[in-house]
Amino acid sequence: MTPAADPLLDVEGLCTRFFTKAGVVKAVQDVSFSVRRGEVLGLVGESGSGKSMTGYSIMGLIDPPGRMVAGRILFDGRELSSLSPEAMRRLRGNRIAMIFQDPMMTLNPVLRIDAQMVETIRAHGRVSHSAALERSREALVKVGIPSPDERLKGYPHQFSGGMRQRVAIAIALLNEPALIIADEPTTALDVTIQGQILFEMQKLSRETGAALIWITHDLSVIAGLADRICVMYAGRIVEEGTTADVLTAPRHPYTRGLLDSVPANTPPRERLRQIPGMTPSLLEIGPGCAFRSRCPRAQDDCEHDPEMRPYGAAGQAIRCFHPLEAP
Amino acid sequence: MSDIPSEALSESPLAPAGALPLVELRGVSKRFVKALDSSMRIANLFGAGMREEIVRAVDHVDLAIRAREVVGLVGESGCGKSTLGRLAVGLLPLSAGERLWQGKPLGSLAPAAAREQQLKMQMIFQDPYAALNPRMRVVDIVGEAPVVHGLITTRQQVEYVGLQLNRVGLDPTLMRRFPHQFSGGQRARIGIARSLAVKPEFLVCDESVAALDVSIQAQVLNLFMDLQSALSLTYLFISHDLGVVQHISDRVVIMYLGRVVESGPTAELFAAPNHPYTQALLAEIGRVEPRKRVFVPIKGEIPSPLAPPSGCHFHPRCPYAMAKCKDVAPPLDEIAPGRWSACYLNDVALQ
Repeated sequence: MTPAADPLLDVEGLCTRFFTKAGVVKAVQDVSFSVRRGEVLGLVGESGSGKSMTGYSIMGLIDPPGRMVAGRILFDGRELSSLSPEAMRRLRGNRIAMIFQDPMMTLNPVLRIDAQMVETIRAHGRVSHSAALERSREALVKVGIPSPDERLKGYPHQFSGGMRQRVAIAIALLNEPALIIADEPTTALDVTIQGQILFEMQKLSRETGAALIWITHDLSVIAGLADRICVMYAGRIVEEGTTADVLTAPRHPYTRGLLDSVPANTPPRERLRQIPGMTPSLLEIGPGCAFRSRCPRAQDDCEHDPEMRPYGAAGQAIRCFHPLEAP
Repeated sequence: MSDIPSEALSESPLAPAGALPLVELRGVSKRFVKALDSSMRIANLFGAGMREEIVRAVDHVDLAIRAREVVGLVGESGCGKSTLGRLAVGLLPLSAGERLWQGKPLGSLAPAAAREQQLKMQMIFQDPYAALNPRMRVVDIVGEAPVVHGLITTRQQVEYVGLQLNRVGLDPTLMRRFPHQFSGGQRARIGIARSLAVKPEFLVCDESVAALDVSIQAQVLNLFMDLQSALSLTYLFISHDLGVVQHISDRVVIMYLGRVVESGPTAELFAAPNHPYTQALLAEIGRVEPRKRVFVPIKGEIPSPLAPPSGCHFHPRCPYAMAKCKDVAPPLDEIAPGRWSACYLNDVALQ
């Protein structure tokens, strides 16, 4: 990232923990990254890597027994973690919006679409009902919903999965947010429908200049969409860089393993180069590199915590004592 | 896995030449009917005109799979691929058509013979959480069927289950545990061990890696490929993930709303998809290439299987649709040796 551009969101040393009966779950550990206006950042990881919890932490949506225990979240120059719940509520759905994996979680099943959209607008500003309705209609047009006037009067169950996700995206866009956090919004959709949603999101982020954090486990989605990628493993960012650098010249052994696991990267019918073992439990995770038990390059010093270290000029950074050579 | 050149792969629809196919489905259909309840029947006496709702989940499909072949079955939700898999393995009765095993119709077998036959065909399910009984220990989950079917005695069960678990890469000392004590990838392995415990020849894998993380998915795909060569298995591999299907299959069958729209050898089909739907589907294939890709979407939604469009089911979304596509469904024709496609564009190209 270029230092000249002032970041819209700057996360520094974020730690989120869940204090359960079974012990402390370190869901997010020392996560730092920043996003500029108009930039698409891909937050990639497998289940339990902390990618969703990072998004929830920024939105202030961590509920007990979870708590953000350390870190600083600067959004447009304001520190989010010091805001009152009321101030945070004014920000959510207004300047920062989130799109969830399951649109049925976002939409109220017993309210018509128009009621839900108008409510979102009027909760954040003094807008007349008719003006809010007109803006809702425009938002539906923007995300490619045919016959928006009829659709506004419909209930969520009358929409297909792809259409529901479009409505959820339209609601997120209503107040022209500066930052959109999208948590696996296309995972539950069929591939042709996923293509449509990605097309709309790409178009919208270009048109509105909103910054986008795209949380996903799917490297192929992020490959075509993101400007920069952060790879997460066991609650930490292990590699960060431009999409081209991370995907073609990964330096962290986990990123390499993840890319090798994708079937398209191996000739058909050949054995995939798999990562042995499985993701460690985040419950009472000890010090040291969390990947070392699965890592082909691990040595004795990996029992200490590696720091995030920069590599090269393009803002690539990795958390590893024994990184892969540049190809 | 086959060494037979693709030129030799022609004859009946979707059926490669040579030896008798291991499994064959001929003109198979499955209709699900929502019957009228009593209140609707009474309403009909007063002229309400309510009708039974019929979903043609699978509509006259031919499919032949040779021994040791891996056939990938691809389609989006609601296309009938899972139903076809269940029909192939015998979990659902056929509404029409015929099912054959090495050329012999399965419908005419005596119950005892059918039971024995059924063991040769097994299914591996999608959800490794839902497919295992949470109140049974792994030793019983994997070891029950071989005992019931007389493959082993109760006394041999522990040793036998140990061998089965070893084969799928699980520690046999864990066999006294319950499913909830395992991770998703381990559960997938238990499901595979359970299916293989009765020594099947033909496996239907219904989205068997879809619920797994990428790194675990790679491990399970490797396991599938290793087991296939070690045990000479035949797979019908159902998936919506084109990358996975391209990797593991010899031949691919594409379904859309209950019908097969295209099939052919994997490499050829992926290199030059013929049907417009296949072309649209392959445009969305997950490639990990860092380029600013412009997502070009295919228009429209997948229609409801309750009321599929007339003629070719794909015509409302097809960029090349012609007048006759709306009226009559195009037949599945052989467009090249071993390649089949149901599209009128091929007739136009011939003229």
